[in-house]
Amino acid sequence: MRLLRFLPVFVLAWPAFLQATGQAPHDYRIDVDTSDIESLQRGARIFVNYCMGCHSASYMRYNRLGKDLGISEEILKRNFMFGTDKTGSTMDIAMKGADALVFFGVAPPDLSVNARSRGADWLYGYFMTFYRDPSRPFGVNNLVFRDVAMPHVLWELQGFQRAVYKTVVQVDGTEVEVIERLEQDTAGTMDPDEYRQAVHDLVNFMVYLAEPAKFQRQKIGLWVIIYLLAFLALAYLLKKEYWRDVR
Amino acid sequence: MNRAVTYLCLLRDWIDARFPMTKLWNEHLARYYAPKNFNFWYFFGSLALLVLVIQIVTGIWLTMNYKPSAEQAFASVEFIMRDVEWGWWIRYMHSTGASAFFIVIYLHMFRALLYGSFKKPRELLWITGMLIYLTLMGEAFFGYLLPWGQMSYWGAQVIISLFGAIPVIGDDLALWIRGDYVVSDVTLNRFFSFHVIAMPLVLLALVLIHIMALHEVGSNNPDGVEIKERKDADGVPIDGIPFHPYYTVKDIVGVAVFLIFFSLVVFYSPEMGGYFLEHNNFIPADPLKTPEHIAPVWYFTPYYAILRAVPSQVGGVFAMGLAVMLFFFLPWLDRSPVKSIRYRGRNYRIALALFTVSFLALGWLGLQVATPAYTWLARIFSVIYFMFFVLMPFYTRADNDQPVPERVRYP
Repeated sequence: MRLLRFLPVFVLAWPAFLQATGQAPHDYRIDVDTSDIESLQRGARIFVNYCMGCHSASYMRYNRLGKDLGISEEILKRNFMFGTDKTGSTMDIAMKGADALVFFGVAPPDLSVNARSRGADWLYGYFMTFYRDPSRPFGVNNLVFRDVAMPHVLWELQGFQRAVYKTVVQVDGTEVEVIERLEQDTAGTMDPDEYRQAVHDLVNFMVYLAEPAKFQRQKIGLWVIIYLLAFLALAYLLKKEYWRDVR
Repeated sequence: MNRAVTYLCLLRDWIDARFPMTKLWNEHLARYYAPKNFNFWYFFGSLALLVLVIQIVTGIWLTMNYKPSAEQAFASVEFIMRDVEWGWWIRYMHSTGASAFFIVIYLHMFRALLYGSFKKPRELLWITGMLIYLTLMGEAFFGYLLPWGQMSYWGAQVIISLFGAIPVIGDDLALWIRGDYVVSDVTLNRFFSFHVIAMPLVLLALVLIHIMALHEVGSNNPDGVEIKERKDADGVPIDGIPFHPYYTVKDIVGVAVFLIFFSLVVFYSPEMGGYFLEHNNFIPADPLKTPEHIAPVWYFTPYYAILRAVPSQVGGVFAMGLAVMLFFFLPWLDRSPVKSIRYRGRNYRIALALFTVSFLALGWLGLQVATPAYTWLARIFSVIYFMFFVLMPFYTRADNDQPVPERVRYP
C-alpha cells in the first residue's frame, strides 16, 4: 500500500516534474503508415485476439477488413471471426455493456474511431506505459491514462514493468516522490524491441480502423490535384486570351 | 444561317416572349459592367457562391444516409464514412466546406473594409451581406450538432445556455430552443430541420437579394471610384467591362486555385489538425460526461473570446451580440468621403490594422484554455475591437485623406 500514498502526489507534482526533467517520461511519438499492409495484418491479429474480448469495433465490417488488408474470406472466418458472424457483419462482441459495467466499473468503449479522438501518439504511449500498482483492482496503472480501469491485456507479450521513483523538491520547498522511469520487472514472451514493434502494428491498425478510407483518399487526392493544376493552366490561358483587349 | 441555329433562335424568341431570359442574362452577365481593375480581393464573392453550391449538393447527398436521431446519428455518420460509396469524400467536402465558407466570407468582408464597399450607395448591399453572415452562423451552429459527438453536444449545450443569461425570459427561452431540459433527441431533430431546410431557404433568398442589390448599384473597386459617373455615348461606363466573358473567365482561374487548396484539405488533412473536425467529436455524445475543454469551432472563436473576456455572464452575452451587430452600422459610422484604403488617411489605416490584429488574436485566444493572462489579453483586444467601431466617426472625420483620382487605375 506504499504506492497508494503517492497517488494524489502524482497529479499535484506533475507540473513540477515536467519542469524538473524537461520532458515527460511518456513522451511517445509514432509514425503510422496505413499503406503498410503487413503491419496492418499483424496489428489486426493482435486487435482481434487481445482487444476484442471486451471492445467492439461496431462500425467496421469484417469483409471490409478482408478486402483492404488482403485477407481471404477463409482466413477471415477461421482466424478473425468467432461464432456465427457473417463476413458482412460488423465487428461486434458478445459482452453486453451492462455486464461490462459490473466487471470493470466502466463499459469498454467501442474502438472504431478511438484513434481519431485519442491520436496515434497517445495510443502508443498508453500501450507502452502499464506498470505494476498493487493499489489498482487489476494490479496495474498507466502513465498516460491514470487509474485506467483496463487490465494490462498485453502483459503476456510485454511482461510487467515497475515504476522507479525519485524525490523532487517543489517550488515551495516540499519534497515529493514522482515516477522517474519504468523498468522491466518480469519478462514477457517478447523482448522490448519485439513488443515495441507489436504495439506499432496495433496502433497502425487502429489508425486504419478509425478511417478505412484514409489510404484511398490519399491515393485519389494526388490525381485530383494533378487534374486541377492542368485545369488551372488552361483557365489561366483562357483568361489571358480574353483580357488581351482590356486596356 | 445554319438550320439548327435558326431553330435555336426561334426557341429563344419563344421563351423571351414568355420569360425574361435574354433580359436577365444581359442585365446580370453580358451587359453588367464591372470595373476593369478588380484585384485578388474580388475573387471571394464568386467563391462564396461556389462554396454555397458545394454545401447544398453535398448536403443533399449526406441527408440521404444521415439519421437525425440521438440513437443513430453518430453511427450513421460513420456509416457514410465507411459503407456509402464515396461517402467519406462527400462528408469531407461538406465539413471542409463549412470552414471554407467562413474563410471566404471573412476575406470577402475584409475586402469591403479595405475598399469601403459598405459606404454609400451600397448600404443595403452591406446590410444584406451581414444578414447572410448571421444566417450562415446559424446554419453552421445547427449543422455542428448533427454528428452528435461530444463537441457537437456540449458546444450546443453551452451556446444554448447563453440565451439563458438573458434577464427575465432567459431560462424559458433556452428551454424553448432546446425543446427539453438538456440537449436531447428533440433538439437534434429540430436542429436538423433548421439546418437542412429553414436556414438554407433563408440563405438562398438573401444571396439572391444581395446579388440584385449589387447589380442595382454596381460593383465598387480597389480605387473606390464610381465608374457609373463616366459613361460613353451608349451609356456604358468607360472603365467598365462586361462581367461575362471577362470576369467569368477570370473567376474560373480563382475557382481552380481555390479548389486546389480545398482538395489539399479534403484529401490530405480533413481534420486540419483538429480545427475543422475536432478530435473530441469522434467520441459519441455523452450527456453525463462533460469534456474538460469545450471550444467552439474556429470561426466563432473571436466572439467566444469576447464573451469570456467580460466578467459577468449577461455582460458577456451582450458584448458578444454587440460585436457582431456593430458591423451593421459601419456605413453610418464612417464619416470619411473616401472609400478605398489607397486614398484613406493614416487614422483609418492604423485603425483597420489594429482591428485586424485584434480579430485574429481574439480568434486564437478563443481556442485556448482561459488563463488569467489570456483573459487579460482578450480584454485588451476586445476593447480595441469595439473602439474600431465606437471611435470611427471621430477618427474618420478628421483624417488626412488623399485626393481620389477621376478614373480607376489600370493596370
